Amino acid sequence: MASFVSRAALALLIGVSTASFAAAAEIAVEAGEGAAERLTEALITAKPGDTVRIGAGRFELTDGLSLDVDDVVVRGAGPAQTVLSFKGQSGAGEGLLVTSDRVVLEDFAVEDTKGDGVKSKGSDQITFRNLRVEWTNGPDEKNGAYGVYPVSSKNILIEKVTVRGAADAGIYVGQSENIVVRESRAEYNVAGIEIENSMKADVYKNVATHNTGGILIFDLPNLPVQGGHDIRVFDNDVVDNDTANFAPKGNIVAIVPKGMGIMVMANRNVHVFGNRLSGNVTTHVLIAAYPNEYEDENYMFVPRGVYVHGNTYGEGGGAPDGEVGKTISDVSGIPVPDIVWDGVTTIPEYFSWTSAENRVYVDEAEGTTFVNLKMISQLLLPWGWWPDTDIAGYKGSLPEPTPVKLPQEGGA
Amino acid sequence: MTTGTATTGDAVSARRRLGRAARGAAASLAFAVAALAGIGSAGAVSLDAILADDPPKELSAFGFFAEMAAQRPADGVVPYRLNTPLFSDAALKMRFVFVPAGSAASYRADEAFDFPVGTALVKTFAFPADYRAPEKDLRIIETRLLLRRADGWHALAYVWNDAQTEATLKVAGARVEVSTIDAEGAPLAFTYAVPNKNQCKGCHDLGGKVAPIGPKARNINGDFAYHDGAMNQIDRWTALGILAGAPSSAAAPAVPDFLDAGAPLEARARAWLDVNCAHCHRPEGPASNSGLFLTWGEADPVRYGVNKRPVAAGKGSGGLQFDIAPGDPDASILIYRVDSVEPGVMMPELGRHLPDPAAVALLRAWISAMK
Repeated sequence: MASFVSRAALALLIGVSTASFAAAAEIAVEAGEGAAERLTEALITAKPGDTVRIGAGRFELTDGLSLDVDDVVVRGAGPAQTVLSFKGQSGAGEGLLVTSDRVVLEDFAVEDTKGDGVKSKGSDQITFRNLRVEWTNGPDEKNGAYGVYPVSSKNILIEKVTVRGAADAGIYVGQSENIVVRESRAEYNVAGIEIENSMKADVYKNVATHNTGGILIFDLPNLPVQGGHDIRVFDNDVVDNDTANFAPKGNIVAIVPKGMGIMVMANRNVHVFGNRLSGNVTTHVLIAAYPNEYEDENYMFVPRGVYVHGNTYGEGGGAPDGEVGKTISDVSGIPVPDIVWDGVTTIPEYFSWTSAENRVYVDEAEGTTFVNLKMISQLLLPWGWWPDTDIAGYKGSLPEPTPVKLPQEGGA
Repeated sequence: MTTGTATTGDAVSARRRLGRAARGAAASLAFAVAALAGIGSAGAVSLDAILADDPPKELSAFGFFAEMAAQRPADGVVPYRLNTPLFSDAALKMRFVFVPAGSAASYRADEAFDFPVGTALVKTFAFPADYRAPEKDLRIIETRLLLRRADGWHALAYVWNDAQTEATLKVAGARVEVSTIDAEGAPLAFTYAVPNKNQCKGCHDLGGKVAPIGPKARNINGDFAYHDGAMNQIDRWTALGILAGAPSSAAAPAVPDFLDAGAPLEARARAWLDVNCAHCHRPEGPASNSGLFLTWGEADPVRYGVNKRPVAAGKGSGGLQFDIAPGDPDASILIYRVDSVEPGVMMPELGRHLPDPAAVALLRAWISAMK
């Protein structure tokens, strides 16, 4: 009797697993006649568990693609082989929009979208792997804003992607949480990698080069999600960011000067360590307050708790660019030091002190140069003010956020 | 493969003249439909078709119409209109609601009514051969359905055949060449886009679920010319028993027709933004991350754009600093994007290829008048 029951249970198990296996299909979309329509339809009619496999070749799209089905893999034959070209796009705000959960996008390229490249909105567990997103005409303010663009999402993995030519940020993560960006390459964008209004991000082993600014960690007012915090930026190569800013005015990145390495603006608990910075002609690391006027009583405009340590600095700061570059170098002189803090703090703190967890800490190898511009001092007490270049006065540390663990990698 | 819209200077200027003519035509058409509505006993709606997991491939299977091409509704199918409609390339639209007998939608003051399972919202899009005679030679392009099943709303688009006898389900959308004559007598040709299933949800998305947009109290709170005379739609729906819990129309909110020069400028502009933008630009909508919220009830000027900086606009900023610069429409990103027909810049992102000059003029006047 017992053996009968267990055999029945086994049969049931096999039945169930066979059924779920049968349900997961691979939908192949090859290039050629009607490919755009076939691809559009495959992404709409896919069932959870399916893989949409896009063959090698060029796919000319005239409208945006979208995926709204959970548990789908979209896989190409490689970022050089499978190319989705949106040169003739006449509709939609992006090339590919994902609005579902547990989705993997890998091994294809998206070129010349009219708006953003690949976007996810409201996704949980979204993976962008081995993608290339590129505007093939090079830097141009008419290019789309973001290349790889998860927003209002959580559990985001971006790895081994390459983004070129974005008129805002190549890799942009906005209003999201639990984020890993690694082993990716961002070049010839205004911002290489930008983490904005987001919580818990690890950005590591990336190359950000020939952008206007390499890696930006920003927090902005008047958004549904703000108060970005717990960000680790480490082991990245942030070198030769030397492309003139080509962002349309009005966008916050339009203020970024050419030759910015890593910039932290109005965020909490940001750790910048073990990065290799060189050839950034404005400065390698800038820590700054949000510079614009705003109306938002819930917004904290100054960075809170920033810890910069163990980075290596090559040549830089020799040609500070733009309004920000001038503001800095008017005070610091040229070359601009490796690390610049604008020194802006809240008014109560100016008259008292800043608590330990909210301070800026710098612990770098001998010879690293630093300046606190003491901007608020300049504003309040123009007669008694000068910048502070004594890096030793900023020694200290902050407890490091735990590494980001992602469910799609077996993490919690 | 079809490509983008014709963009010769002539075509663009022709399109610029379209908006008002189209709306006038839509109004007359509503009257024509109304004249036919409810005359005699005609057909029966198939609840089975509405509730089927696998929707019928052909529109006729639903039985919404006693006469398909004439858009004469079957029994129990009620035509309606919106005070301010969404602009869809100046398409003429005919709207109908079907609520199963014995059930009713629950009234909600601010959101679309809570319709019962079995409800169908039906919207037909058509273009006249000549906007100078918009009632004649109407070519129906598509009929869109929102079907309320037990698991939620489902959005479907049916594309009509050339003979105008039947429409077929298109999950992946379609592009249809439209050729007409604008209100000034100039030829106008462009590619009209029937949305695919995901694009339907691109607008009909409330907190990640498909949802109706149009039938909100404030936007149906106006008269319709029924076959037995004009009557307020909220009062009519209540009398028909398809709407429960509604106050009298006088006590319900209402947005004006955005073209009604007799209504306050601000109300007209906010009505237009509510209908054309707020399905995305609201905290529960697809554009929530912009922080720009354009719903009718939004009271915080920064949230509806006043001196608000863009966040993810890219080239959509047009090099401008603020969504709305009070008193200065030319410095306002809102105007720049509503006036554009360039993908990646134009707003709304979906459902529009042509300019909407009447809307741009209204929004410019509203921003100009701001202090």
